[in-house]
Amino acid sequence: MYQYDQLDQAFVDQRVSEFRDQTRRFLAGELSEDEFKGLRLRNGLYIQRHAPMLRIAIPYGLLASRQLRKLAEITRRYDRSFGHFTTRQNLQLNWPKLEEVPDILEHLASVQMHAIQTSGNCIRNVTADHLAGIAEDEIDDPRPYCEIIRQWANLHPEFTYLPRKFKIAVTGSPADRAASEVHDVGLHLRRDAQGNIGFQVLVGGGLGRAPMIGQVIREFLPLPDLLSYLDAILRVYNRNGRRDNIHKARIKILVKAMGIARFRDQVETEWQAARDAGPVLEAAQVERVRSFFQPPAYETLQNIDTCAGREPEFQAWYRYNTRPHRVPGYRAAFVCLKAHGQNPGDMSSGQMEAVAALADRVSFGLIRVTHNQNLLLGDVRQSDLYAVWKELRGLGLAMPNIGTLTDMIACPGLDFCSLANAGTLNVAKQIQAQFDDLDYLYDLGDIEIKMSGCMNACGHHHVGHIGILGVDKHGEEWYQITLGGSVNGFTALGEVIGPSVPQAEVASTIERIVEVYRAEREDGERFIETFRRVGVKPFKERAYAAHSKAA
Amino acid sequence: MRHILRRRELVTDDWRYAGEDGADEAANAALVVPFADFRTHIAKWRAYPGRLGVRLSPADAVEDLAEDIQRLSLVAAEFPTPGEGRGYSQGRLLRSRLQFKGELRAVGAAVKQDLLFILSRCGFDSFELAPGQKVEAALAALERYSVAYQPAEPVPSIRQQRYRAAG
Repeated sequence: MYQYDQLDQAFVDQRVSEFRDQTRRFLAGELSEDEFKGLRLRNGLYIQRHAPMLRIAIPYGLLASRQLRKLAEITRRYDRSFGHFTTRQNLQLNWPKLEEVPDILEHLASVQMHAIQTSGNCIRNVTADHLAGIAEDEIDDPRPYCEIIRQWANLHPEFTYLPRKFKIAVTGSPADRAASEVHDVGLHLRRDAQGNIGFQVLVGGGLGRAPMIGQVIREFLPLPDLLSYLDAILRVYNRNGRRDNIHKARIKILVKAMGIARFRDQVETEWQAARDAGPVLEAAQVERVRSFFQPPAYETLQNIDTCAGREPEFQAWYRYNTRPHRVPGYRAAFVCLKAHGQNPGDMSSGQMEAVAALADRVSFGLIRVTHNQNLLLGDVRQSDLYAVWKELRGLGLAMPNIGTLTDMIACPGLDFCSLANAGTLNVAKQIQAQFDDLDYLYDLGDIEIKMSGCMNACGHHHVGHIGILGVDKHGEEWYQITLGGSVNGFTALGEVIGPSVPQAEVASTIERIVEVYRAEREDGERFIETFRRVGVKPFKERAYAAHSKAA
Repeated sequence: MRHILRRRELVTDDWRYAGEDGADEAANAALVVPFADFRTHIAKWRAYPGRLGVRLSPADAVEDLAEDIQRLSLVAAEFPTPGEGRGYSQGRLLRSRLQFKGELRAVGAAVKQDLLFILSRCGFDSFELAPGQKVEAALAALERYSVAYQPAEPVPSIRQQRYRAAG
């Protein structure tokens, strides 16, 4: 992975010292709440319901074991011995003390990490496919380009005070495991006829209050032009994006208002005018960054039958919680943060330490964070998988439900977040309890539930096969359900199926919905495929069946 | 008397803003006029014998100054709130596209120490500090970072430094 040189290190160290001074001035009354807000947000610090929340950047979801160990140490020392992994591959601390945040940032800097621009109206942490570098269908490893973007975005002088937040995702595979089409900018790696690397560029995607799918602004952007073209998009946005209404300030609203053709023309004009003066990405620079992402020292191995003679529990784990690897003899193994009874995405300090040690032993000391709120050991020898499973099982991290209904995404919701209208963690627990039978889960197959506690859609509910949105109804927590959303190379926004339901009825409503699928599905059809074939109608009719009987 | 932090020195302002005491056109005072006024009375201002500056609001299009940029000795951009970020693009465009070499001044209630580093990297070399701002703190803030990732003055970019190191 990327290693800081003394210049990168100087930058984060100076950033910590700046924030320490800003925090000191705030506590001394020299900075108002409002003045401090813009500064702390750009260092990942929110003021939440119970305490501040600190969002730590995990650029493109890649962690070294020493970094995960440091996160364990930080969560134990400065928080309540756990952290929450998010859909943007970051880690949130829910209970840090404001006055200790500069110390936390100093700890992070000591392992080449930071919390820079994880909140605020600026360019956020850049995310990528969690199978980057190992996926069989990959065109090129997106992580070097993510790192180049990370550096370009950090304290970008022109784009630190944008109309609204700005999220970029890069994917190297057609399967798009990074939800790139619902980002402000999505970059899809491509090769031209000569084999040169470039990007298909999408702009104007995003969830939140007005969900939209990104549109293609450029079919092929040559790699050397990456930063100058991003500069042009950001400049057009910075100058023209709305600043009068926070709900209409994302780039998606600007793109929609202008139309993609006009927006494209403006970006093109800006880009052509700035190109000579703008940053060109020299081959040497790309090569330097790329050199940090060379494949680890794989052994020459054959694929083996890992499951032969093993117990059914291991076989289930192998089937659901591991993924193919491009190198023979290796596989990727999920560290599942979706055990029933657990908050999705939460991980204890002890689990972090154990997984760091495990990664050192079996996966070249590297851990990936997925946008589905799990971790992944990317490079496990197939012959090690059985031992890895046993160890993960002992840690409570081997629930064999990846890709099933209970591998759901959930934001922290009303329990922690001051923006939320409704709780998500209770609902998650109810769904886990309702669907606790693994055979039933396996029969239902690939179903993605995504849940958000408010319209800001941190839980990506619009693109869940089943989306759940918490709403406030006269002080009570109700939930609106959508069906048919998806990402992963076929992005679609879900349709609302009808009136919202009270908290106690969410899990049973979902059960009725999946029963419609079971009744309607044809051979081998996944939930989303059945939905696309039969439409929303049968689901609408039967999701509320119990109500009409009762009424 | 207004003070300006100009090229890291606190100086008494030798400019007058339109409408304030001493903004005497008849005496050919060094005058800063609003962009809209400048555009509306362009012939008059082109003929103005004194030193001339223009004050931009965040929504103003700096490209419209292109024809007259050689005539201007000062451009001021407004930062009324910390969240108003259009002035950063105005600064970058003035320096890079319009090749403006004169005084580029940041004005407004948000011109405080914590923004000075990025302002300076967008080409601003002059700051009308918000009331209550200490000059020593402002000067220190300008020196806060010895490194930065993007190619912009006055700190050479990390990329440039890496190449220099590589020879």
